[in-house]
Amino acid sequence: MAVLDLRRKLAILSDAAKYDASCASSGTSRRDSRGGKGVGSSGPGMGICHAYAPDGRCISLLKILLTNYCIYDCAYCVNRVSSNVPRARFTVQEVVDLTLNFYKRNYIEGLFLSSGIIRSGDYTMEEMVRVVRALRLDRDFRGYIHLKLIPEASPALTAEAALYADRVSINIELPRDDSLARLAPDKDVAGIRRTMGEVRLGIDERSEKGRRVRAPRFAPAGQSTQMIVGADEAADGEILARSETLYGAYRLRRVYYSAFSPIPDATARLPLQRPPMMREHRLYQADWLLRFYGFSRDELIGRAENLDLAIDPKLAWALRHRDRFPVDVNRADREMLLRTPGLGVRTVDRLLAMRRQRRLRLEDVRRLCGGVGKVTPFIVAADWSPLALADAEHPVAPEPRQLSLF
Amino acid sequence: MRVAQLSSETDFDGWRRAARRLRLEGVPPDQALWRVGAGDLFALAEGEMGACAHAAGAFTVPPAFPALAADVVCHRSADRFSRLYNVLWRLKDEPRLLEDRADPDVADALRMAGEVRRASHKMKAFVRFRLLEGVAPETYVAWFEPPHHVLERTAQHFVKRFANLRFSILTPDLCCHWDGAELAFTPGARKEDAPAADPLERDWLTYYASIFNPARLKVAAMQSEMPKRYWRNLPEAALIPALIEAAQERAENMVASEPTQPRKRAPSRTTVALIEAAPSPGDAPGSLEEIAAGVQACRRCDLWRGATQGVPGEGPAHAPLMLVGEQPGDMEDVAGHPFVGPAGQLLDRALAEAGIDRGKVFVTNAVKHFKHELRGKRRLHKTPDAGEITACRWWLDNERRLVRPRVIVALGGSAALAVFGRAMPIMKSRGQAMPLEDGAKGVVTVHPSYLLRVPDAAAKAAAYRDFVRDLTAVAELLRFK
Repeated sequence: MAVLDLRRKLAILSDAAKYDASCASSGTSRRDSRGGKGVGSSGPGMGICHAYAPDGRCISLLKILLTNYCIYDCAYCVNRVSSNVPRARFTVQEVVDLTLNFYKRNYIEGLFLSSGIIRSGDYTMEEMVRVVRALRLDRDFRGYIHLKLIPEASPALTAEAALYADRVSINIELPRDDSLARLAPDKDVAGIRRTMGEVRLGIDERSEKGRRVRAPRFAPAGQSTQMIVGADEAADGEILARSETLYGAYRLRRVYYSAFSPIPDATARLPLQRPPMMREHRLYQADWLLRFYGFSRDELIGRAENLDLAIDPKLAWALRHRDRFPVDVNRADREMLLRTPGLGVRTVDRLLAMRRQRRLRLEDVRRLCGGVGKVTPFIVAADWSPLALADAEHPVAPEPRQLSLF
Repeated sequence: MRVAQLSSETDFDGWRRAARRLRLEGVPPDQALWRVGAGDLFALAEGEMGACAHAAGAFTVPPAFPALAADVVCHRSADRFSRLYNVLWRLKDEPRLLEDRADPDVADALRMAGEVRRASHKMKAFVRFRLLEGVAPETYVAWFEPPHHVLERTAQHFVKRFANLRFSILTPDLCCHWDGAELAFTPGARKEDAPAADPLERDWLTYYASIFNPARLKVAAMQSEMPKRYWRNLPEAALIPALIEAAQERAENMVASEPTQPRKRAPSRTTVALIEAAPSPGDAPGSLEEIAAGVQACRRCDLWRGATQGVPGEGPAHAPLMLVGEQPGDMEDVAGHPFVGPAGQLLDRALAEAGIDRGKVFVTNAVKHFKHELRGKRRLHKTPDAGEITACRWWLDNERRLVRPRVIVALGGSAALAVFGRAMPIMKSRGQAMPLEDGAKGVVTVHPSYLLRVPDAAAKAAAYRDFVRDLTAVAELLRFK
């Protein structure tokens, strides 16, 4: 086999890693390099995105695979065994050096390491743990590390991974267990859930109060997962129901939705199409409504339904519940303000602080929201009532659009 | 007209001293002039403030104000000092002014503070260091052009991050240098003072180009987070136009190209292993291990869909006592073992008080998967229905057949239904030994999670005593063969 130079390997193994949407580097334990011998710092607050690619995604971590050789045959994946993409494999030392060299030049916040499955789950996980062990123990690296867990690996390796990594994740991949069995026949959904459960127990144990001896460090930035949208027939309602279950059962920090995107060298089993980006966007919006706005899934969408692509899910909810509007910004409670289209969590909290001073006018809301076009039909302010809009043309209807001629 | 002289563009302390004195002297905002830099001609103008000002009296400002002012002072706009003084002046009569974010003066100050914080955050992101070649110890230098005066407030971030390296950040206004022990500042520099290249940048560009997914082009989203003003000092930004240009064609080619012929290969080992390990439905399991494996693959009812895993019974293979609960709870579902959650801990305590060694008990559940509904982010227990209990009874019957306990205790109604095959009045029949078809003795009592739910403390203690009494009766049963 031809020996690939490092740059060629980097091209292959970052190209292979780009279908993983996660790149967060936030919300971990506070630490820095003072008093140590290496480099690196991180903290509980906002992460840092060092660059943005033209796909609008941030580049915060060096996101690479240890290898893109894989014994699995998942139809949606560019690295499946039956694909003809070029293959490469980093050595442990190469990943360690690359991470540190990029880090010292301030290109990245840390490493996001994943891998194709080679030989066995345990072998692969062991190789990945070797990388992070070297970074943490030999080089005293204190930046951020996100490690992909291999569900088939033993619990001891999972625990060691969580000892060194800030965040761990296992991708649930598809919203339906049946489609996972069909499209990714080698993956074991029960194993994925069991490992997520292990991680949750490890985190719970670590955060238990009143222990005399604290449990070892365990993934301080929690765990996340990713679901591919549009590779099977699952409706948005089903996808969100699955997310809701995952948040509830395993205390995930995030569920990432990844629009199924064309890959080079696709399989006939899964025809390619343009990625459903708007659908992905609506799912994220609905996910946020579930986590931060007090909505429950069945309020937003039935199990078999799809989210409206033309309007956002909060607006859709408001249009279905016109009896609850308009909302008086000077009197309504926080719960109802959060449910008002155009008002975000921060705006609501600021409104609440401001209205202790005086009665709010439309102009005040405009300054807080940076534009009120969206919110006017739904609110009453000291000098504003949307009554005049009642006879107007549908104030929130989407722009008319020319249908395709073909 | 009064002139206040500040020593530098970011002289917050100087502004603070002068502003305090001006307000105490009752100088209105339109009578105060703010200048940066010492020794210019106009500094001698009438009304200049002496350096050793002794302000008589004091006043208070809301705690948010000094923080806001410290941010705004770093803004690049020329009138930031007078705007701030204007807000300070107004605070005299309107002490809660800052809470009114819609007030134009406050809104402006908040906007400026926000821009400064954003510039500081972006500096943490967009500084690009280059290695000084041939210098030991390892030293890095960056050239950066921040839109506001944020170097001083941001330098500490880099010190914490690279405490064990040497580095300099050069900007047109000010430079900072870290030698491993001290942070020093020097006047502004030129771009040529920083190294022109770094060999590793080629790798970084390779990474940047490869991690980009051409099928998801979203240029506006990129630019809102990485404004063009930063591009000239970002090596990767040079790639952007070419990447955008080629993106559509690359994406269309991927969609249009025919699926390729896969490489010849044997079915992967895992597939084979999974097929072989799959349990054949219907056959009665021959061992507890087979039950444990079978429960994982069980599709007798739909409860497996929402659960993490099936939770089989655990304990000695021929335990004389079998405890049957209702179903695994939130903790049991995640851990894969029965009775490890709060109810399990209560059960352990009660067993110990009744003189029963938990290590010699086989504990299991009537239903092997966790039935629940979501309430917010919590999974709340939901009682299994008769259909689910009946479906899962097959596993319990097999556990009973293999373990052959002398006494079986059903904890709660669902367990009683599964053990006796009919609904039992728990409170009426609790604690009594009743013969079962397989020759064992059956006893019913309450489920320990019931004890957790009794609201009143006294009633809770009483219920717990009754529970221990039932278990003590069971211990008696075990003693007499």
